Amino acid sequence: MTEPPTANMGTTGDDARRARRRDCAVVGLAVGLIGVTFGVFAQAAGFDLPRIVVMSALVFTGASQFAAVGVIDDGGTGGAAVGSALLLATRNALYGPVVRKMLPDPVLPRLAAAHLVIDETTAMAVAQPDRRAGWDAFWFTGITLWICWNLGSLAGAALGAVLSTPETWGLDAAFPAIFVALLATHVRTPAGRMAAVMAAAIALGAVPFTAAGVPILLALGALAPALYVRRRWPGAGGSLLDSEDSLGDGGSDESEPGGQP
Amino acid sequence: MIVLAAGSYGLKVLGVTTLGAVVERRLGALVSLLPAVLFAALIAVMTFETAGELVIDARVVGVGVGALAVWRRAPLLVVVIAAMSVTAALRLVS
Repeated sequence: MTEPPTANMGTTGDDARRARRRDCAVVGLAVGLIGVTFGVFAQAAGFDLPRIVVMSALVFTGASQFAAVGVIDDGGTGGAAVGSALLLATRNALYGPVVRKMLPDPVLPRLAAAHLVIDETTAMAVAQPDRRAGWDAFWFTGITLWICWNLGSLAGAALGAVLSTPETWGLDAAFPAIFVALLATHVRTPAGRMAAVMAAAIALGAVPFTAAGVPILLALGALAPALYVRRRWPGAGGSLLDSEDSLGDGGSDESEPGGQP
Repeated sequence: MIVLAAGSYGLKVLGVTTLGAVVERRLGALVSLLPAVLFAALIAVMTFETAGELVIDARVVGVGVGALAVWRRAPLLVVVIAAMSVTAALRLVS
């Protein structure tokens, strides 16, 4: 849909690209299954098929869509639905600074790519070793995921009554598990580990007391201790976001602090 | 719905344009730590939250097994299938 920032895919080999795109496709397909869940859920909440399809295509940020439909289902107002959905969508604005250097420069491709800035595309992009691979992962995940999410929503909306509850299939575990895999590259440094552990702790602590979406925003407070750790122990590796020539020598130990606080 | 679509797109655009540039200029050092913070918070919430409460159920075990697969450097597909099948199996027997 949009053009890569440079003419050819270059440095990384075909094998690397194939492996990368396979992972992107796995993410896209898994999210497609979650799209089925969304379709079933929205249909059960009284949304008709055209509205479900239009919502998935245009809003295109899963957690927000679930929240909006959930609020309506609970008898909330349209305003409340939009409010809680946008609160959840706020994190997409925070992904902007993370991925913006990988996106194409021209205005129109950039604005088109912006629609794809969500959890999964950002995560797949920043998991790559360089910006070119990052952009490849970004758009490939984005397009696959957009198609799968919409087909899934459509299938869920159409077959809603036929399918049993999606939880039976363990789908709710798929999404966090994917993010554990994508978090791995970010916890190779002491600062990254501090950021992850503190963020998970803050978010969990906030869950019982705040509205959906707020815990993740409060977790930004974890940046403070993480920054302290980085200042205290400078030069301890980093991601490609830090510099062009990061060596990624931050050790092979991949703990998953988010999964098991 | 139009408001929601416009709003969510607006937030995305804001991120890759003005806001992104400002954040990068003012808080450049923080940007590289953002993924760790946001993903860890997402994982925590999605693993333990159900309807605004913290819950420990089959899903937690499933995600734990998925994390174990990540640690053993399993491919992403294996991670997803492991997490889903363990969760589904536990629900089946309970």
